[in-house]
Amino acid sequence: MANGFLIVLNFISQRRMVLLLAILSLLILPWCIGAAGGNYWVRVLDFALLYVVLALGLNVVVGFAGLLDLGFIAFYALGAYTFALLASPHLTQSFAAIAALFPAGLHSPIWLACLIGALLAATFGIILGVPTLKLRGDYLAIVTLGFGEIIRIFLNNLDRPINLTNGPKGIRAIDSIELFGISFAKSLDLGFIQVPALYLIFYLFLFLACLATVICMRLQNSRIGRAWVAIREDEVAAQAMGINTRNMKLLAFAIGASFAGVAGVLFAGFQGFVSPESFTLWESIVVLAMVVLGGIGHIPGVILGAILLAIFPEVLRGVVQPIQHALFGQVIIDAEILRQLIYGLALILIMLYRPKGIWQKRGASTS
Amino acid sequence: METFLQQLVNGLVLGSIYALIALGYTMVYGVLGIINFAHGEVLMIGALVSLTLIQGMMMLTPFLPGWLILVLVLPITMAVCAALSYTIERVAYRPLRNAPRLAPLISAIGMSVLLQTIAMMVWSRDPLMYPQLLPSLPIQLFNSAVTITGKELIIIAVAFLVMCALLLLVERTRLGRAMRATAEQTQIAALMGVNPNRVISITFMLGGALAGLAGVMIATNYGNANFYMGFIPGLKAFTAAVLGGIGNIRGAMLGGLLLGLIESLGAGYIGDLTGGVLGSNYQDIFAFIVLIMVLVLRPSGLLGERVSDRA
Amino acid sequence: MNALLDVANVSKFFGGVHALDNVGLNVPTGSIVGLIGPNGAGKTTFFNVITGLYPAESGQFQFNGKNYLPHSIAQVTQAGIARTFQNIRLFGAMTALENVMVGCHCRSHTGVFGAVMRSKRVQREERDIREKSFALLHYVGLGEFADHTAINLSYGHQRRLEIARALATDPLLLALDEPAAGMNATEKLDLRELLLKIRGDGKTILLIEHDVSLVMGICDSLTVLDYGKTIAVGSPREVRNNPEVIRAYLGNG
Repeated sequence: MANGFLIVLNFISQRRMVLLLAILSLLILPWCIGAAGGNYWVRVLDFALLYVVLALGLNVVVGFAGLLDLGFIAFYALGAYTFALLASPHLTQSFAAIAALFPAGLHSPIWLACLIGALLAATFGIILGVPTLKLRGDYLAIVTLGFGEIIRIFLNNLDRPINLTNGPKGIRAIDSIELFGISFAKSLDLGFIQVPALYLIFYLFLFLACLATVICMRLQNSRIGRAWVAIREDEVAAQAMGINTRNMKLLAFAIGASFAGVAGVLFAGFQGFVSPESFTLWESIVVLAMVVLGGIGHIPGVILGAILLAIFPEVLRGVVQPIQHALFGQVIIDAEILRQLIYGLALILIMLYRPKGIWQKRGASTS
Repeated sequence: METFLQQLVNGLVLGSIYALIALGYTMVYGVLGIINFAHGEVLMIGALVSLTLIQGMMMLTPFLPGWLILVLVLPITMAVCAALSYTIERVAYRPLRNAPRLAPLISAIGMSVLLQTIAMMVWSRDPLMYPQLLPSLPIQLFNSAVTITGKELIIIAVAFLVMCALLLLVERTRLGRAMRATAEQTQIAALMGVNPNRVISITFMLGGALAGLAGVMIATNYGNANFYMGFIPGLKAFTAAVLGGIGNIRGAMLGGLLLGLIESLGAGYIGDLTGGVLGSNYQDIFAFIVLIMVLVLRPSGLLGERVSDRA
Repeated sequence: MNALLDVANVSKFFGGVHALDNVGLNVPTGSIVGLIGPNGAGKTTFFNVITGLYPAESGQFQFNGKNYLPHSIAQVTQAGIARTFQNIRLFGAMTALENVMVGCHCRSHTGVFGAVMRSKRVQREERDIREKSFALLHYVGLGEFADHTAINLSYGHQRRLEIARALATDPLLLALDEPAAGMNATEKLDLRELLLKIRGDGKTILLIEHDVSLVMGICDSLTVLDYGKTIAVGSPREVRNNPEVIRAYLGNG
């Protein structure tokens, strides 16, 4: 038996070994964290994975096509509200006609909502892109910011005259995620182990993050990815190569937006509740900070940046407040403020001292 | 008709304030070719600093009449904002002059977040009451069709005076000529003996001072101030600057007034226009719609972009 | 020989200035045509109009037997005219190979779905693009620099890379804007060889150039511009002896 094991080991190259180990550690990660820190930290990890998808999406827009989108979170919001409307009692309660059509209530399957959410977000991405493509970098940033705000204002106010979004109160009682008959809101009994719901979510989101990563890497090393970098480097020269730069930029917007849309759908299913408060400019800035920290355009860096910046404030919360209590007897700066302080400083300092991100990409391809 | 006149007056008040803020954007764009994303926070700090100063004076010198306190606090506030604006340029923009275009913008966003956070720490998150030091008694105009308060009249008057003073500065003084020269052709201006760094710093300081004034006006007008108050007016003032033609000082003034009017009239009539579907709570959207329309249809704005192409 | 490119009556105003006044050009298939003239004569402006960088305010444009209106750079390239730029416009952060691979963009088809799915057909296309790009680099003599970042190449090599990249778009007409600018004598000889080789392989070349000996040596015909107007058209020998041309270059008196 041991001999057989050694023979297998010989066949597996070093690279594959590393990959295998990585996969194994990821698989047992929730168990380790759950044991060490409890469910709270597994939840943090779950959200971190959603941020990874968001950051990868924004990376396509900012990093690959060079378009600074400050309203990116609006696509996340669109995805979230898509699922909220398609899988909660809100529409059936607000509109008798819909209640009549769906007597058992609206319970769209999540894969369908993901599809619709992605398409909706992509469509809005294109709507945003069409008038703004000719704009210079800073104008584009402000316009996209305005777009993000417009979406938020509509979400906040569309409870009159017809109650579409339930305004600032948000939409509650959203269905939990259910795939292949497995409910992700209850633990799964596999006989020899019980997998808690939060761990199931982790695996699902991990799968999504890996999918997003693979898609990004494939795009990067393709004709499309090269065109995007060309546009970023020198748009006129890119046009001289026969590249339809307008369509390429719209494509970047659409793809980035669709990532956010899908992430939004899952967010709604995970959290069970959405409100306009979750989709402010601050959130767009958070995702931007993740992309910037990781190195604009650098996929592994962006993933790292997303995970670090998603986990960091939680670490801060757990550490800073007790320290302040010990030192000062009270909390002078609460963790939320500290988090914002650090994000602000990070954006400035990275631009000043390490504009290529904390994990620099070796070699030439993307800057 | 009454609604129209009333909204006209409201629009004038809003517009004067937007114009003051827009001037800061436009002047900076003129000399540096970038949008000072953190400009709105300068206005916010101005309002909050003035609040603290006013509260201090009310405690230390309670015998002074309200308006005098405001008059004394204002120049200090404007000086503080000028210094803040100067610092922003030195820290977030100057080191990145030769970096790719996105870098100063991202840095400015960071600066904006930083300033808001500092405000949150010093003045707390909650909206703070701003003392009413100017007469709030309504005055009836045009046979009682229009109501305007004393403080609104003062705001309009002060804004108007300040804008005239700025125009005089820019068009009649050596400093103003230096600013205009730097805006048109930085390198040639340098060859003529103008120190571009100095001009840029002064431009930022002027813009900052105006923003501080605007901040005090907004706080006075609405009766409160908090860490988030700079964001939306900043965005709208940027729209105003673009509307008037970014880089063009008269354009910023015109754009500001125009935007104020559009917003006011829009908010007043939107209910009628959309048959009750949209209400005045959508007021903020007008500025964004104007922005998108201007940038798509006439990007050089009403009075044209007066800067060399840096693309 | 038929005209591959036949352009007539192109005028262009900038503000009040007549940058181009009824300029025309005829480029027979398989030839090398030179566009010369003193600085500011409007040569690059003309280039920019026929390749779609500037909007054409007037003129008739015929390319490859069909009428065309150069309203966008990308469309002109897709139709078969590839150009290089006076101030080299390479994709600095990319390698030489990647620069050329971008040139293959308009002749390949993989879209988003293809890129993500990586089917056999897509993988084959990627391989083909890579091979073609390597081949083009070798063709212009830059084979060993394939992995060098474009911005680190020497000036002469950058110019050649731009040509390789333009060739990657499979053009019928190669329009080069001052390809010899800034080159030393050896590099110019190499360039001359390259251009002749390209012509020998069936391409047509239109060339803006200041180096008189280079231009006289390889061009089949020359068009001379001065102050936006055509002042001479003909073979190098005819043009060289044309008094108008001499006056334009040397000034009056």
